[in-house]
Amino acid sequence: MNRIYLDNAATTPMSSEVLNEMMPYFTSAYGNSSSLHGFGREARAALDVARDRIAKGIGCDADEIYFTSGATESNNWAIYGIAYANRNKGSHIITSKIEHPSILKICQKLENEGFRVTYLDVDRQGFVRIDQLLHYIDADTILISIMAANNEVGTIQNLQAIANIAKEKGIIFHTDATQAIGAINLNVHEMGIDSLSMSAHKINGPKGIGALYVRKNVPIVPFVLGGEQESNMRAGTVNVPGIVGFGKAVEIATRDIITNSKKMRQLRDYFINEVQKNIDMVYLNGHPIQRLPNNVSLSFAMVEGESILMLLDSVGIAVSTGSACSSGALEHSHVLRAMQLPLDLAQGTVRFSLGKSTTKADLDYTVAELVKIVAKLRQMSPISRAQVGKMTGGDPKCTVKK
Amino acid sequence: MYSQKVINLFQHPENVGVLRGANGVGMVVDPVCGDTTKLYILIENDVIVDAKFKVFGCVASIAVAVALTNMIKGMSVKDAYNISDINILSDIDGLPTEKQHCAVLICECLDRAIQDYNKKMEKANDKN
Repeated sequence: MNRIYLDNAATTPMSSEVLNEMMPYFTSAYGNSSSLHGFGREARAALDVARDRIAKGIGCDADEIYFTSGATESNNWAIYGIAYANRNKGSHIITSKIEHPSILKICQKLENEGFRVTYLDVDRQGFVRIDQLLHYIDADTILISIMAANNEVGTIQNLQAIANIAKEKGIIFHTDATQAIGAINLNVHEMGIDSLSMSAHKINGPKGIGALYVRKNVPIVPFVLGGEQESNMRAGTVNVPGIVGFGKAVEIATRDIITNSKKMRQLRDYFINEVQKNIDMVYLNGHPIQRLPNNVSLSFAMVEGESILMLLDSVGIAVSTGSACSSGALEHSHVLRAMQLPLDLAQGTVRFSLGKSTTKADLDYTVAELVKIVAKLRQMSPISRAQVGKMTGGDPKCTVKK
Repeated sequence: MYSQKVINLFQHPENVGVLRGANGVGMVVDPVCGDTTKLYILIENDVIVDAKFKVFGCVASIAVAVALTNMIKGMSVKDAYNISDINILSDIDGLPTEKQHCAVLICECLDRAIQDYNKKMEKANDKN
């Protein structure tokens, strides 16, 4: 059976170029980068090269990069570390309703610890409301955290505008750029971004490694304690092979950004067009142009996303649902809810995320299978065309247990 | 995740569609996720002789609807009314914890279909 991977926003395959670069650091150059001997120095040198590559990739200095276990840790640390280090200046944080849970959960924790957090609304295309940002900034605001691009619907935020506002008001600006690295050009110094989270496995690098960039004069307290690694800012034996792979992945992603994003954008738009041409009542979520080159978030009227996912899986195609319904929580995707998508369409949302190796033939096969699957599920659906987009809530009487 | 039985029921669903001539119809909408199930039953001499369903919902919602409709065909109304989510869950080798309420909902849907049938019978009897 054909196997087609269209879930690159979840994770990506590691490129062989990256793997080759990493291999020696597992087997021969395995030293601890903190050790003084030759093995240690060898590892340390590799670490320095990787740090330089990443700094170059996002336009900052090497000593502004701290390695972490991934973007979740980076996000947790940025919010927590900046909030506590700046508590003497204020206790108000502004973020948005569509952030990744690794931002939202730490913000909720800080609320319990006496901080005040404002969660900005987004418009129907997923853009953070800049008018609200301006409205809610006050003398107590110490941190603004807005993601660069949304992982579910692909909308790329007006990052420069937000950075400008933060700079003008003297507020620290953090951005979660997990999905944006390698997709859009980011130069943190030029753009005035103070802090940025990133992850290796989204850009054909290894899993379990990420980084937090923090601009030099931005106060932040450490999050993981117990060692002098990463200039006393992030304890724990340094994941040298992971970092080497991460450095290479960033180098490749930024080197190939124009070719890759152009190719993916063309395939993305071809796919959206083909799906909408062959299946009626399919709606694109997020902005049609200002979106990640590899993200296609579609809502299929009258059918449910998880059912589409599982039927696609049965013919070898891997996608994910826009709603979290399948992944433990039954509540609808907080992103689609914030975008005010009707409940039934949120239910029918599927995310297709293209990768470097996705071909036109893969997408043609996917469209052909989708046509059959959606027809089959619509035949089964009690929702009529007239009811589409009208569902706002369920029947609360149904929770009665026998 | 899902049991093989659930996946099989989902991939090759039986009893899908509107049942022409049904004399009991029940519908439930999941309060959280909005999954909607509509169940049609045909009762003759206190026995469910046929059952069909339509579902707007996830893998679990579809699988429980197939399982329930298969289970109740040929069953007395009284026995069908006593089917619980536990019976459904054991029939399909269980569901992930967060999906177990689907089994509760399909039983509620059956109760509503039977109640609908009872109401219709009462009305018919009143007329007589």
